[in-house]
Amino acid sequence: MTVDRIVIVGASLAGFRAAEELRGLGHDGTITVVGDEPHRPYDRPPLSKQVLAGTKPPESAALTTSMGTLDDLDLDWRLGTSAAALDVAARVVLLGDGERLDYDGLVIATGAAPRRLPGTDHLAGVHTLRTLDDCLSIRAGLERAPQRVAVVGAGFIGAEVAATCRGLGVEVSLIEALPVPLERALGPQMGAVMADLHRDHGVDVRLGVGVVRVDGSERAERVHLTDGTELDVDLVVVGIGVTPNTGWLEGSGLTVDDGVLCDATCLAAPGIVAAGDVARWPNRLFDELMRVEHWDNAVAMGAHAARTLLADPGAAEAFAPVPWFWSDQYDRKVQLAGRVGGDDLVEVVSGAVEDRRFVALYGRGGRLVGVLGMNQPAQVMRWRALIEDRVTWDDALATVKEAG
Amino acid sequence: MRVVVDYDLCESNALCMQAAPEVFEVRDDDFLYVLQEEPSEELRSKVEEAARRCPKQAITIAG
Repeated sequence: MTVDRIVIVGASLAGFRAAEELRGLGHDGTITVVGDEPHRPYDRPPLSKQVLAGTKPPESAALTTSMGTLDDLDLDWRLGTSAAALDVAARVVLLGDGERLDYDGLVIATGAAPRRLPGTDHLAGVHTLRTLDDCLSIRAGLERAPQRVAVVGAGFIGAEVAATCRGLGVEVSLIEALPVPLERALGPQMGAVMADLHRDHGVDVRLGVGVVRVDGSERAERVHLTDGTELDVDLVVVGIGVTPNTGWLEGSGLTVDDGVLCDATCLAAPGIVAAGDVARWPNRLFDELMRVEHWDNAVAMGAHAARTLLADPGAAEAFAPVPWFWSDQYDRKVQLAGRVGGDDLVEVVSGAVEDRRFVALYGRGGRLVGVLGMNQPAQVMRWRALIEDRVTWDDALATVKEAG
Repeated sequence: MRVVVDYDLCESNALCMQAAPEVFEVRDDDFLYVLQEEPSEELRSKVEEAARRCPKQAITIAG
């Protein structure tokens, strides 16, 4: 059937890039974009860095299109309202305010929501960081000159917030239940390098401990840790992972299992694609079902899902990228391409860990599966291409020797 | 088509190099070099992809 009316649920990076691709492909039907925030699509990475630090204004995070201005995309906005339900058979999205949106094609890009620390909802000064409004709330807390900020969870959000706070001269305790920061993303060995980076910048790094509770009369005042430590704090930022926003799809008949399950082409059902943090799909390059929460994946998958939606039956291509992310902490740029596991072989092949300028490769099952660079962006991209070519671990190491 | 890079924004993430290696090169000094400021039309889709993939939105295409 002809795809005329397209609804994109999620005024997110993935949703925005899908809209841009649809127009780029010449789709001239209606594109309605539903967003639960009042804002037009914006970029989230600066929210833990420049916008949080106050070195860039919130407006600088607005997303732009290379196809002119946002208005040139001629999108039909539904902002400040969220999707409440999906009727697949009738091809209707029901919004929270009661509006019904008929569609011929649907893009699901509802992203994910941060997990909250249980038992803290009644306290001011305990924040998660996902939205622009979250960022501005934390920023306001930082402007009250806190004595100490507790950052709970040393994933990307936690590690970047800790770095930003130290840049502002604020004392930080970084609390992580796992043995090292960023363990899931970088593996244990390289996670330990990150722990040292934060310690060297004066962060009170506490690993292998959890939070029992946060106390305070109205605002957060004290954090109790599982090892018995009590920390006096004025602000708590929680970064303990996210949950895909799939509640509105309950009962829709779509398969939801830690995200919307798609096929290799990003198709969740006929006429329905999903992209970004909310989508789980079999990535053939790694023979693995994955859900990727990275910025670059939202960009690439949003566009790919758009192409799948407009493709002739059977003509859609598989989405099989090498995941890539970057994280700026202090003056270091950390970049990782690939898919890291806890038991991977890890080999530093260029530079030195002590200098915090190096490249490390990850191997698993006889294959090169990942590359981590610290302040080595060009090399990471070159290795990324080799991961895409399914280079063996031995060949990867031989390449290093040849380059000598 | 003219490629304009805002070097105040550019952080040498090198995604542009992967999207359009004919036009963008991040060298081992960590700086981005634009190899062709006015690439031919056949490179347009690659350059547009580079602009979209730039995490800093530092690349614009004029014309």
